[in-house]
Amino acid sequence: MIKRFIAFLLLIAIGGIFATLLIGYTPDAELNLTARYYAERTAADLGSANIVTAIVVTYRGLDTLGEVTVLFLSAAIVGLVLAGGRQRTPRPRAPVGELLTTGTRLLAPLIMLLGVYVFVNGHLTPGGGFQGGAIVASGVLLLLLADPLRHFSHGLISAIESLAGVFYVAIGLLGLLLAGGFLDNRILPIGTLGDLFSAGAIPLIYSLIGLKVGAEFASMLASLSGTEEL
Amino acid sequence: MAHLAMATGFLLILVGFYGALTNRNILRMIVAFSIADTGVNIVIVAVGYMRGRSAPILDSTVSAADALARIIDPVPQALVLTAIVIGVGVTALMLAYAYKLYEKKRSLDIAKFTELKW
Repeated sequence: MIKRFIAFLLLIAIGGIFATLLIGYTPDAELNLTARYYAERTAADLGSANIVTAIVVTYRGLDTLGEVTVLFLSAAIVGLVLAGGRQRTPRPRAPVGELLTTGTRLLAPLIMLLGVYVFVNGHLTPGGGFQGGAIVASGVLLLLLADPLRHFSHGLISAIESLAGVFYVAIGLLGLLLAGGFLDNRILPIGTLGDLFSAGAIPLIYSLIGLKVGAEFASMLASLSGTEEL
Repeated sequence: MAHLAMATGFLLILVGFYGALTNRNILRMIVAFSIADTGVNIVIVAVGYMRGRSAPILDSTVSAADALARIIDPVPQALVLTAIVIGVGVTALMLAYAYKLYEKKRSLDIAKFTELKW
């Protein structure tokens, strides 16, 4: 009882801080210095129509490399923590149902295709490697739901994952040699704004990120579904 | 509009904290943390919102020349993109540890785990 009371007091205090922040907040009338730079220079410098993509992949590309590394680490730790247990013994279980099995056969390829579309067009439309990778992984989740005993090849997943990572860093180093710096996208021609083949290396890098994120999420899902029911 | 979104975000953070502080079940705490995480993301996106402007994507309606006057702040959106992905990784880690804890104690009640209590 007293614990619940203390929790309420804490929440009221935090709520008070939030209320002051909310009342004192006035939206900006124009872009601040950083945003102004990105808004003015992205189209001319990098040729990417989606400014958020330009920030994530090129301007702050090193941070994104770190982010992908964090994601890789968490996928690796999930695998490590869950693989230490016993191997799952296949046991007879109720079939998942005609609707799910047939629906998966139709939907899984389409979902994967949508995921690829989203990360290939990351520099033109709202979307990109992380979103597309998550969509690809949701296709894998559907496959796992339809057949919980399905065994995904961990070798294939980790091959896709590590090759994408190696090429990502290699493109970054090429930027150092051929263009302005690490992960500079101008190692390829910038092209015209709005074309599929434009914005230099951004579509290439975002596709690699999409493959890597998709493989990492898929390996997390496979490890979580591979655990034994307790 | 920005105030409404920001109030929703703050409310979600508070709901998440309330859930994490009052629930004893580890799975419920993980759900509560995910809700608080969503609230933080909504608040950050709301900070970048500017009235009457459009998304930071250049196309036929927003040309490169008038981008400065027509788009909202792209930086919070890039930040939230990162935060969402890391949030998924953290949630997956919490779930994996919850599975391990259940395997050990056969219970998800946080009161049963007294090793770190002083």
